[in-house]
Amino acid sequence: MIIKEKVIKYGHNVDTDVIIPARYLNTTDEKELASHCFEDLDQAFAEKLKKAKIVVAGTNFGCGSSREHAPLAIKASGVRLVVASSFARIFFRNAINIGLPLVQSSEASQETEEGDVLEVDLSGGSIKNVTRDKVYSISPLPDFIQGVIQSGGYIPYIKGQMKK
Amino acid sequence: MPQNNSQTIAQKILAAHCGRDYVSEGEIVNAGLDIVLGNDITMPLAIQEFKKIGAEKVFDSERVVIVPDHFTPNKDIKSAQQSQLVREFASAFHIKNYFEVGKMGIEHALLPEQGLVGAGDLIIGADSHTCTYGALGAASTGVGSTDLAVAMATGKLWFRVPSSIKFVYEGKPQPWITGKDLILHTIGMIGVDGALYQSMEFRGPVIGQLSMDSRFTMSNMAIEAGGKFGIIEADKVTEQYLSQRAQRPYRVYKSDADASYDQVYRIDCSKIGLQVATPHLPSNAKPAEKLSHIGIDQVVIGSCTNGRMEDLAVSASILKGQKVKEGLRVIVIPATQEIYLEAMQKGYLKTFVEAGCVVSTPTCGPCLGGHMGILAEGEKALSTTNRNFVGRMGHPKSEVYLCGPAVAAASAVTGHIAIPQEVMDDY
Ligand code: SF4
Repeated sequence: MIIKEKVIKYGHNVDTDVIIPARYLNTTDEKELASHCFEDLDQAFAEKLKKAKIVVAGTNFGCGSSREHAPLAIKASGVRLVVASSFARIFFRNAINIGLPLVQSSEASQETEEGDVLEVDLSGGSIKNVTRDKVYSISPLPDFIQGVIQSGGYIPYIKGQMKK
Repeated sequence: MPQNNSQTIAQKILAAHCGRDYVSEGEIVNAGLDIVLGNDITMPLAIQEFKKIGAEKVFDSERVVIVPDHFTPNKDIKSAQQSQLVREFASAFHIKNYFEVGKMGIEHALLPEQGLVGAGDLIIGADSHTCTYGALGAASTGVGSTDLAVAMATGKLWFRVPSSIKFVYEGKPQPWITGKDLILHTIGMIGVDGALYQSMEFRGPVIGQLSMDSRFTMSNMAIEAGGKFGIIEADKVTEQYLSQRAQRPYRVYKSDADASYDQVYRIDCSKIGLQVATPHLPSNAKPAEKLSHIGIDQVVIGSCTNGRMEDLAVSASILKGQKVKEGLRVIVIPATQEIYLEAMQKGYLKTFVEAGCVVSTPTCGPCLGGHMGILAEGEKALSTTNRNFVGRMGHPKSEVYLCGPAVAAASAVTGHIAIPQEVMDDY
């Protein structure tokens, strides 16, 4: 799958409290969650989303709570991919489980600015910064995790396994 | 398998739960679970996913634990609806360990107290501070709602076997130091992603001397350094605790002497003063006495980090006969009903109320900006909780400073960040 979109850029340690503040955790409605996504970090996020659909960030993206509402809010807001130098482990699991694609690359993250266009080939393992004409390779995910992604998330994967 | 097949405690527990003698770091294993935990925030999503799996029952109705603690007693209609959903699920699936308001406490204080978790267990919870039970020598970690749904249905989950970091605490700790100061100092040293994907092992003579309550505080905050587990090998203190509570047999695992670690840190505790983490990261640890210029609007003593007996005892010993500074709000939240009752019997609650604090029923409440103490724009709170991210306790332009019970109680008297020596004549 190839994703080619403009970039919204954030810094290090973007935590789950700014991705979706706890005051909105009294709902599981994806649209409502999406409407508050990143609001404590960047009030212009909703406006930026009209033109850009890849979030690029620094180290430890998604640190903090285990709330799956965080990747859900990002996915439901229309963001197609998150690229970061590193991801917090619970956020990583949650995103894979619900089918929000994540790519880890410190090089790409450091050299990408807001507004750049990235072309990411998830199956081919590369990130191209079209604006700056640079290509970065990404290391493949473990087979098991690829299996989960190919099934469309952990629930369809498990259902497949239970039938076997 | 390497020639040297020594293993860390994390490897041994994971190996035992997938029926093997040895697992290597980095490999992905599918392991059986002893306890699976959900709360009023993470369960509603998990119930949706559980229904999609189409499972007719949970893998074991005694090993799924459900604690509505975040927005309970319910703060608004929406959270009441969520609790209702969770309550109905608990009843439909005959969940034995469902804790209704009245029995409920903050989950990570409640599960050990009720003897539901023990040494050698493999535990997941849809709450990031599930790592707390590492203090009992368990491998215990937080996951999200989809993982919780799968775990409830199958009793199993995938894990990547983590590498480990060893922290050895030595030297004689200064007066008033508790587990919170040691862990804030440690996170300050390695950063909020200093243990990303790794298992933290807390060891050394100082840990041996530490109370169970202080150990829970330390393991609780492993996630604040990105850690997967925060493990303290079971010793006499652990066994003493478990012998009075454990509902199931437990098993003590120890890291092999020549097991491999990514890093080993030796920490001289005689050099660690009372700690405060300044906004907006738990790693911003600083000596409390250097922050006396910071005035505060609210103090919170509670949470899964510091809402236990030891925390209330330390706080009460400082607040006894004192008055809360005019204009300051001080909220004390015993973490469970058992703690509440014991604090009442020991006179601590009276001490708090006489000093001018409010004492709340057990709840997460203000810790996550839920209810019972939300901050307004520009306000500063000093709190014994575990996170001080932007907006964590209320308005995005409010601030949270993290500390242990001694600094919280002393500051309650002065209205600025203070150490106990500032408010007590004889300590
Ligand atoms: S007390 Fe705070 S950190 Fe602990 S479980 Fe509740 S919300 Fe989470």
